[in-house]
Amino acid sequence: MPTIVVEVMPKAELLDPQGKAVAGALSRLGKSQYTGVRIGKRFELTVDEVTDAVLADVRDLANEMFSNSVIEDVVSITVAGSTPLVHDDSLAVSIETVDEN
Amino acid sequence: MTRVGVVTFPGSLDDRDAQRAVRLAGAEPVALWHGDHDLQGVDAIVLPGGFSYGDYLRCGAIASLSPIMAEVIAAANSGVPVLGICNGFQMLTEAHLLPGGLIRNDHGSFICRDQVLRVENTDTAWTTGYTTGAEITIPLKNGEGGFIADAETIARLEGDGRVVFRYVDVNPNGSINDIAGISNERGNVVGLMPHPEHAIEEGFGPDTSVAMRNGTDGLTMFTSAISALISA
Repeated sequence: MPTIVVEVMPKAELLDPQGKAVAGALSRLGKSQYTGVRIGKRFELTVDEVTDAVLADVRDLANEMFSNSVIEDVVSITVAGSTPLVHDDSLAVSIETVDEN
Repeated sequence: MTRVGVVTFPGSLDDRDAQRAVRLAGAEPVALWHGDHDLQGVDAIVLPGGFSYGDYLRCGAIASLSPIMAEVIAAANSGVPVLGICNGFQMLTEAHLLPGGLIRNDHGSFICRDQVLRVENTDTAWTTGYTTGAEITIPLKNGEGGFIADAETIARLEGDGRVVFRYVDVNPNGSINDIAGISNERGNVVGLMPHPEHAIEEGFGPDTSVAMRNGTDGLTMFTSAISALISA
């Protein structure tokens, strides 16, 4: 079953307290090479068939439901090749990038 | 008798407190259900606090897409007074009835405290009973109460006097300009993070200098809307 993946991130200019907390933990572990952490969301939508109509609908959902444009950006919508028994992002084909920061 | 609807969503916590506040303010509370397309002819609506849908997706986001929200949005746009408290405020922003959004508190922790607010606008449906500049104390309890909006929206809210409540002494969650509550342009829709329904009856409210737990500063929010509806 094909899977469409939508990724949403908090807006770059906004404080991301979750990312900040993880960054603090990394720093306490002595991992000073990581100067920042931001945490976003990944939605995986399983469909019977990927069609232009489905992709258009996902684009609308991504902008109107999966994200809130006041606080978040949709950073990618991709179609994964097959049933993601193994997550392998190298197989993913990017079809659109919205509001890439 | 004036009838005020309180919508219960899956995960609402303060719906019955809001109903009790409506009753103590002199109106009849009407329990409304998120899954209905029926406001039962109420004169005003409260979206209560809680954690609808476990705060999944974003706070208030899934609730804002509930069946009854179609009717709530239509009623709000026709001038019916709507008050969103905490999670209800988050729903109002998600439903685009109020601008901006609420994000996780800047310090990362849930906060629960008796909070002093300044009433900045006494022309809204829910604040006519206060005097401008009055400082009131009502409980605040949230994890995602940081109000944010883009600079243009903040300037418009400030310029139009749509900042209804502002945090005093302590900004508990990183809200821009200490904003605790705002209204729509018309003034019938108000959202705020603190909980007026928890400060309505002596013995059950915040501590005051007079006695423990006898703060009732939140009651005026309910009596404001109800008295306006009675005189209308």
